[in-house]
Amino acid sequence: MMEIPLSLRGIVVITKKNMRLYYTKPPVLMFGLLFPLFMFFAFFVGRKLDLVTFFPAFLAMMLFFTASSVGPLITPWEKREKTYERLLSYPVTQDSIILGDLAAGAIFGIGISLLVWIASIFFVTVAVTNLGFFALAFILGTLSCAALGVLLASPATDSPPNVMIFSNLIRFPLIFISGIFVPLAQMQGMGLVLAYCSPLTYLVDLFNAAMSGRSVFSPVIDCSVLIAVSVVLILVARVIQKRNLVKGL
Amino acid sequence: MNAIQADHLIKRFGSVTAVNDVNLIVPEGEIFGFLGPNGAGKTTTMRLLTGVLTPDSGAVRINGIDIHRHPLEAKMQMGVIPESSTVYGDMSAEQNLQLSGQMYGMPRAAREERIDELLSKMGLLEKRKLPVRTFSKGMKQRVSIACAIIHRPHVLLLDEPTSGLDVQSRRLVIETIREMNGQGSTIFLTTHNIEEANTLCQTVCIINKGTIVAQDSPERLKKMFDTTQSVEVSFDRAVKRDLFAVDGILRAEPCGDKWRLYTDNPDKVLKYIVGRAQQESIGITSLTTSGPSLEEAFVQITECA
Repeated sequence: MMEIPLSLRGIVVITKKNMRLYYTKPPVLMFGLLFPLFMFFAFFVGRKLDLVTFFPAFLAMMLFFTASSVGPLITPWEKREKTYERLLSYPVTQDSIILGDLAAGAIFGIGISLLVWIASIFFVTVAVTNLGFFALAFILGTLSCAALGVLLASPATDSPPNVMIFSNLIRFPLIFISGIFVPLAQMQGMGLVLAYCSPLTYLVDLFNAAMSGRSVFSPVIDCSVLIAVSVVLILVARVIQKRNLVKGL
Repeated sequence: MNAIQADHLIKRFGSVTAVNDVNLIVPEGEIFGFLGPNGAGKTTTMRLLTGVLTPDSGAVRINGIDIHRHPLEAKMQMGVIPESSTVYGDMSAEQNLQLSGQMYGMPRAAREERIDELLSKMGLLEKRKLPVRTFSKGMKQRVSIACAIIHRPHVLLLDEPTSGLDVQSRRLVIETIREMNGQGSTIFLTTHNIEEANTLCQTVCIINKGTIVAQDSPERLKKMFDTTQSVEVSFDRAVKRDLFAVDGILRAEPCGDKWRLYTDNPDKVLKYIVGRAQQESIGITSLTTSGPSLEEAFVQITECA
C-alpha cells in the first residue's frame, strides 16, 4: 500500500522536472509553438474563411502540436545525457516516468492552447456553445496528443533530432487528413476513410460540437474514441519503452 | 538481516547470458567490492540490484525487501551512483539536489539543511547556482554522489565512482564512502581499481563472464595466490627485457620507470639483480619486494575462469 503514494509522488516530481527542463528546449518551441502558428498563418490568414467553421479546427491543431511536442523529446534526451538510469534508480518505476512525461506534455498543451484561446477571444467572435464539451475536448485532446508524444519517444534511440524528425513524419500527415483544413462534412471517398482513422478527427469534431454546435459524430463517440486512443497509445508506449529500456542506458 | 541479498540472478540479452546464476550476500555495514574485467557483468549485476533491470530469474532483496515486488520501498533504502556522472547539466547543483531530495520525499526544511551540508562538504557551496554542465568531471561526480546520499541511505551502490577523476575528487569520493560506512551505511562498490578495493573493502567479489568466480576478504584472496611475489626494481638507465630472461623470474613487466618482476623465489631474484647490475655497471636506484597482490589474484582468477 505504501507504493501508491510513493508512485504518485514520483509522477509529480518527474512532471515538475520535465516542465522545468524541457518546455524551453528549442525543438519543443519550434515544433510545439512556431509550427502551428506558421500553419495558421499559411492556411487561415488572408483567406475569407468562415471562422466558426475553422477556428475549432485551428484550436485542435494547436492543442495537437503543443501536447505532442514535449513527449518525444524527453526520453531520448535523458538517455543521451545519461540521466535516465539515475532517474530509474530513484524510488520510481518506468510507469511513473511514462506518466510524468505524459503529464508534462498534457500540461504544456493545455496551457498554451488555453492561452491561445483566451487571446483569440479579443479578435475572433466564436462562442463556446457547450462548456462541458469544450472542457472535455481540452482534457481528452491533450491526454491523447500527449500520449502520442510519449509513444513517439519510445523507439530505441538516444538522438533527440532523429525522434523529432520521426515524430513530424507521423504528425504532419495527421493534420492534413483530420478535418482541419478541409471540414469533415466536405470530405469524400478515401479522404473520409483516412479521416475516420485519425484520432485528431474526433478532437476536431468535439471542438466543433463545443463551439459551433455542429458535429459529424456524437460527442459521446468523440470522447470514447479519444479515451480509447489515449489508453492504447499509453499501453503501447509502455510495452515498447520497457522492451527498449536497456538500449541507451 | 543482510543489506543486499541476491539469489540465483540470471539476465540474458538475446543469446548472451550477461549474468549467470549470481548469488550475493552483503552483510549490513560492510564495504563490499565487486570486481571484474570489462564486459564481465558488473554493471548488469548492479542494474539488477538497483532495480533498473528486471532479472529473467532470481530475486534481489534490499534490507529484506524484494526489489522487484516492492521496487519503490526497496529503492527508498538505497542511494545509487551510476557509472557516468548522471546529473542534469541544465540544472544547477542545488536544483539537482532539490530534485533528489524530492524524489526521496524529504520535507523541505530537512532538504534545505542537508543540501547546504552536502554542498559545503563537496566544496560546491560557491557554485551552487551554476549549471552543472559548466562543471568539471570531478565536480559533476561530486554532485552525483551528493544526490545519491542526500537521504542518508542504508545501502549505497556505486558503479566505478572514481573512474577518470583527478586525485582531489578521488580522495573526496573515498572519504565520503568511508564516512557513509562509518555512519552505518552498507556500501556496494563496483570498481576496476584493485588498489581501491584492497584498501576499502572488507569483502571482494570477482565476477567473470557473468559468473561469480571468487568471493572473500582481500587478504584471503591474496593468500590463495601466495606462491607468486614480486620484486620492483629501477635502474639509473634504461635496460632491456632480456636482462630478466633468467630462471626464477616468471614474468617481467615495465611499470613506469621501474620493472616489476614476478617470482616464486624473491631471494634468488634479488641476488641475481644485484650481481648482474654490478657486472654491467648499472646503478640500482630502488629495489623493493612485495607479497602477493590483490591485482595478481584478480588476474589469475579471471584468467583461470
